[in-house]
Parts: sequence; structure tokens; C-alpha cells
Amino acid sequence: MSQFLWYALIGAVLLCIGLAGLVIHRHLLRRILALNVMSTGVFLVFVALAKRAGEVPDPVPLAMVLTGLVVSVSATALALVLIVRIQHLHGSAELPGDDA
Amino acid sequence: MSLMPALVLIPLLAAFIAFMLPRIARITGLIAAVTVVGLSLTLASHVNTGGPLRMSVAGWEPPLGIGLYADGLTALMLCLTAIVGLGTSIYAVGYFKVDRNHNGYNTSSSGWWPLWLSLWAGLNALFLTDDIFNLYVTLELMGLAAVALVALEAHAVAAATRYLLVGLLGSMFYLLGVGLLYALHGTVDMKILTTTMQAEPAAWMAMALMTAGLLLKTALFPLHFWLPPAHANAPAPVSAVLSALVVKASFYALLRLWLGPFEALAPDLAGQLMGILGAGAILWGSMQALMASRLKLVVAYSTVAQIGYLFLWFPLADSTDAGSIAWYGVVWLALSHGLAKAGLFLAAGNILHASGHDRVTDLAGVGQHLPVTLFAVGLSCASIMGLPPSGGFVGKWLLLNAAFVSGQWWWAVVLLVGGVMAASYSFRVLLHAFRNKESKHPHHTPHPVMEWSALALALGAILLGILSAQPLELLEVGATMGKLALTEAPQ
Amino acid sequence: MIKTDPLRFIAILLALLTIVAFGHMLAWSLWTLPPEAAGLSLIVNEKMPESGVDAQVTAILLNFRSYDTLLELVVLLVALLGAWYLGKLHLPPQDSKPGLVLEGLVRFLVPVMILVTGYILWLGSHAAGGAFQAGALLAGAGVLMLVVIAEKVAVRDGVRLRALLVAGPGVFALVAGGLMLSGKLMLQYPQQHAGSLILLIEAASTLTIGITLTLLFAGGRPHRGKTD
Repeated sequence: MSQFLWYALIGAVLLCIGLAGLVIHRHLLRRILALNVMSTGVFLVFVALAKRAGEVPDPVPLAMVLTGLVVSVSATALALVLIVRIQHLHGSAELPGDDA
Repeated sequence: MSLMPALVLIPLLAAFIAFMLPRIARITGLIAAVTVVGLSLTLASHVNTGGPLRMSVAGWEPPLGIGLYADGLTALMLCLTAIVGLGTSIYAVGYFKVDRNHNGYNTSSSGWWPLWLSLWAGLNALFLTDDIFNLYVTLELMGLAAVALVALEAHAVAAATRYLLVGLLGSMFYLLGVGLLYALHGTVDMKILTTTMQAEPAAWMAMALMTAGLLLKTALFPLHFWLPPAHANAPAPVSAVLSALVVKASFYALLRLWLGPFEALAPDLAGQLMGILGAGAILWGSMQALMASRLKLVVAYSTVAQIGYLFLWFPLADSTDAGSIAWYGVVWLALSHGLAKAGLFLAAGNILHASGHDRVTDLAGVGQHLPVTLFAVGLSCASIMGLPPSGGFVGKWLLLNAAFVSGQWWWAVVLLVGGVMAASYSFRVLLHAFRNKESKHPHHTPHPVMEWSALALALGAILLGILSAQPLELLEVGATMGKLALTEAPQ
Repeated sequence: MIKTDPLRFIAILLALLTIVAFGHMLAWSLWTLPPEAAGLSLIVNEKMPESGVDAQVTAILLNFRSYDTLLELVVLLVALLGAWYLGKLHLPPQDSKPGLVLEGLVRFLVPVMILVTGYILWLGSHAAGGAFQAGALLAGAGVLMLVVIAEKVAVRDGVRLRALLVAGPGVFALVAGGLMLSGKLMLQYPQQHAGSLILLIEAASTLTIGITLTLLFAGGRPHRGKTD
């Protein structure tokens, strides 16, 4: 198994674990953590792709991961502020009503 | 050539200024809105006469750099965004009043301008991009700005959080698809991908992932659950922009992908499945709209239903003649719905502002006190129902045409049932609103700009039906589905 | 953790089965990918001399695909704006005053971190480094200050703070616009100035990223002054 495939598969597993976490948990903090695990999985796939170019990794997927990381951090930060707000307003960190 | 980047840079710079200097935020926003309208119309006329525009950002050609592309469809979406944007900006001047009691620092009013202008920049960037990774970044920009705008309303924080989580999930799927396509073809440029795409497992997976992600963001049934609470609880101008523009942007991305890179891949089965989900959206959304107790919830479920119509293109695209007609119909519906829904949400905002509530059963008296607003509601509903001579009628007529030409007559049944249901929920609202009654609730008259901007947008939806010749001609520029070939032009 | 509502239980079970099936299909797709492929690395190698920097990732982020980076800086700002307009920041409660050692350590560390930030920023032009890494480190210093010596940190809302928050994407957009006005395409750096323009943009971005992330940690907008 090539180095690329090994890490890419780990990324895929992380993605699935994150997805499962998102589905199972209702607590919003766990859900945002699950989403972060998913994004880590996706970024790992990208980084694995870079390794396919040989000894010197392909810089384009690496740059994309950097961009994706900043986006992910921004979204997570906003989500956390919102979750704190919900906890403050409703007394519990779960979404009211139906959830999926 | 510098038109395209200007459409992104100007709203961005305006957003920065609006945040840094809140005192001039309003005037900055309005100047930017007018400028962007002018630039969008100029771009539309360039595309109309000179054909599609192309540009490589930073001077680096794809696949190394990022390409921008504007054809007829792009131009029309940009103009829709500009017109709805201008109307909503004018409305916002009346809606968000600076509350002097809080040291001149009313949070929701200060928040509107920088966030809306950033959202506008993101929308324009999405429409113009020809690069699937750049598309991801623009989707995120739009998504976060939209969430932040929804959260400006204290009651909508939970809805905003749900919207954020769903949006992130969709983005993750989409991004993984981008990675797979880069792995296969060594590029993220849509034009190049269209030529190199082949049917192979990783390509199918990428198509499924990117489509799933975009379906989540476009709120296609049954992935629509996040939309009604978010659109119904947000401040009125935010609801208008979300229903009219933001959901259309992810749909536009889906169209670009299926007309470009995925054209070789898309199996008929996938098209039929999307059509079935679209039909589900129409039926389920309309039913929920009929039963909703609050006006903004009716309007939000109406959006869910109208989005369903857009997805009827996918099954009809299989046959060449019908596909072309269906494409024009769907784009027409997207444009008319954008204008009508924006006007409708702004009008609903007026009603909420005036009476302090928007319960459908207690709408009596609206006709007396807010005649302009009621007229706006009527015109918007006319377009959503598909009454001639509105833009909604033209779109539905084209889709009916396509359904018969392709032999897939069952979609025509869906369209007709959908029209009847739209009429039902529209008339339910209008009948309540037309009743003259001694109103139990005190009235705060909304600022005139709020009423007239709502009416102007609703009127736009009707005009889109009457003056359809020029935009149709524009739409043909760069259209991969070919020219509109009907036996007679719709009038 | 898992509520024992039977309908939800079945729904989750179905969802998990779907996820497992999806995972297998994804794994298979990855398995079919060719394990060796140059991707765009060849073209990047070829164009590096014209980029103005010596590090490939920096060249992509700040030159070849600079448009992505500009938009992403705006994303960061928008996330902050979302938190900003939700409410005021709350510094962590000070139950017990930090010990002399901790406070002294922080007072020593923060300037060191700021120095290293500058070094990493400069390093980005020829090795791994650059605005984002430097900005993250700067944010680390900011968070440390907020957590340990909160009352002594005076963060006041005002034009200066807002200008710093906007500086990164702002300078980026101004450079883009300026280049357009001088006849070039958006973000098309003239080759002899490419390196300096990139450094300028990165420097502004480092400040912005550091302060933005710190404020995001604090969770809202700062007070406007003694009266607020």
C-alpha cells in the first residue's frame, strides 16, 4: 500500500467517525467537535494527495489545506460563540425542536 | 476586463469601511449598492454584445491560477443580485434605525452593513468564478456571512446555529469532492475539468459528494429542514436576501458543475432522482406553507417549494430539445422567484413591524393601513403562483413545454398541482389581509422606503414576464444548452 | 448519550449503516486513484522564479492563488463580525489571582512570542512560514495575555482596533485595486515588486490574524470605553 493510500484511508475513516459523531450526539459542542474531526479527515486526504508527487510534495494541496484550515477555524469560532449564546438563552446546549 | 474583479472588490472595500467607520456605514453601503448595480448592468451589456468574458486573476492562467468567467447566465445572476441588493439596502435604511439610547450603537443596525456587503462580495465572487476550489472559499464566505446576518435577530440564534452546522457539513462534502477531482486531473479549473473528465469511480464519488454538499446548501427536500426556521426568524432584509439570492447561489454552482465537468458523467437516474426530490419539495413545501401559522413561515416554506421547481431541470435535461427549454424555464423561475420572494419577505417585514406580529389569522386591517405593502404581497404571490404576465408564469410555461416535448408528462402534473397549492396558500394570506377590521393591535407605520422598496421588487418579478425578450437574448450568450427553440416566443 | 427513543434509535442505526457503506465506497474510490501523480507541482516549479518568493506554498498562497487567500481573510473577518454583533466579549473570570511566577512567565513569554512571530513572518519567503503561522502564534500570545493577566489588558473598541482588524484583507484589497487602476489585472504584481508586495500583505495579515483570533477567543466585541 502506497504512503498516499495509507494516509488517505485514515482521512476517510476520520471523516466517517466525524459524520457518525454528528449524527449520534445532540449536544452542540460534541457536534462541532464531530465536524472538526470530519474536516481533519478531509485535510488529511489532501495532504496525502501531496505526497503522490514524490520526495518534494505537491505544494498545491498543501496550500489548499492552509486555506481550508483558516476557514474551518473561523467557522468553528463562530459556532462556539453561537453555542455559548444558546446555552445562555435556553439553558441547554442542544438545538430545540427537530434535529437531524 | 476589470469589471469582474471590481464587482467583488467594491462590496469588500465598502464592507471594510462600514465596519471601521460605522457612522458612514449607511451611506457607504448605498453608494456601493448603486455602483454595483451600474457595474452589473454594464457587464451584462458587454456580454450581450461581445460574448462571454474570461479573465485569469493575478495574471496566471489556469491551471496554475484562478479563472473568472461570465456568460449570459452569470450576467443575469449578477444583475438579480444587484437589483435585489439595491432594493434590500434601501429597505434596510428604514428597517434598522439607529437607537440613540444605546450611545448610537444599535448592534443589529451596525451589523447589517458590513455583513451584508461581505455577503454581496461573496455572491458576486461565486457567480464569477471558474475554479472549483475558489468556489469552495466563496461558498464559505457567503455561508458565514449569512449565518452572522441571521444571528442579528436574538430569537434566531438557534436557527443560525443549525444553519451553520448544516452549511459546514455541506462544505466538507464539497471540499472532499474537490480533492478527488484534483487527484484525478491535476487541476481545479472548471473549463479544463470539462474536457478531461472521464467516467471512473473517483469521479462518480466526487460528483456525488459535491452534489450532496450543494443540495444541503440549496435546501432541497428532504435536506431542507434548516431553512424555514432560519428564513422565518431572521430580520426581514436578511430573509429577503437569503431566499432570493443565497440559495440560488449554491443552485447556480450545481448547474455550472452539471453543465460543465459532470456533463459526461451524469446518469439519467440521478436526474430523475433530483426531479423526484424536487417534486417532493414542491408538494411538501406547499403543504407546510398552507398550514403555517405565521406569515414569514408561510413565505419560508414557499421558498422550499419554489426551490423544488428549479430541480425539475435535471430530469428534463436528458432529452436535447426539452433540456434547452427546461433550462431557460428554470433560470427564469430562479430570477422571478428571487425578485418576488425578496419583495414578499420585505412586505412581511413591514407587516411584522407595523402590527408587532405576523400571525396569518390576525392579518385583518393590513389592507387599510398598509395598502402599498398589500399590493406588493399580491404582486409577489401572482408571480409565485405563475399568473400571467409575471416572470413566474413564463418560467412555468417553459417548464410545462419542456415536460411535454420530452414525453415526461408526469412533471407537468407536478407543476400544475404545485401551482394550485401555491394559489391556495397565497389566497389564504391575501384573504385574511384584505379583511377590513378594527385592528386590535397598535400600528407603527413603517418608513415609506420600506413599503416602496418591497413593491418595486415585486413589480420587478412581473416585469420579468412582460419584458422577457432582452434577458432571454442575454441568456443565450455562452449557453451550452443552445438557443431557445420554441415554435413561438413567450409573451 | 444516546436517548432511548426507539424511533430515533432506528434512525441513527440506519444513518450509521449508511455511513459505513459510504465509507467503503470512499475507500474504494481512493484505492482506484493512481498512487503517483505530479499534479500541478511541475508548473509551480517552472513559474517559481517569477513569483517573488522562494517558498512554494507561500508563492501559491500569495501570488498564484492569491485571490483565494484574500477571500479567506475576509471569511476570518466575517466570523469575527458574527461574534462581534452577538455580544460583548467576556474575559475568563479571575477566581484566584495568578501567582507571581505565572504572571512573570507570561510577561517574559509574550514579547518573545511577538519576536518569533516576526521571524516566522520573514521566514515565509524562503521556507515554511508566513502570515498564517505567524498570526496564529501572535494569537497564542494574545490568548495567554487574556487568560492570565486579563484586567491589565486594555482592549478598547475604536477606529484603531477596527483598522487593525481590517488591515489584512484591506491592504490585500487595496493592492489588488491599485494594481487594477494602474492597468494590470487584479493582483498581478509587477515582477520586480512582487516580493515586497507579498511581504507587505503578509505583515498586515499577520497583525489582523493575531488580533482577530484573540478576539474570537474572547467571544465578542470589546468595550467602547469607560462609560460602556
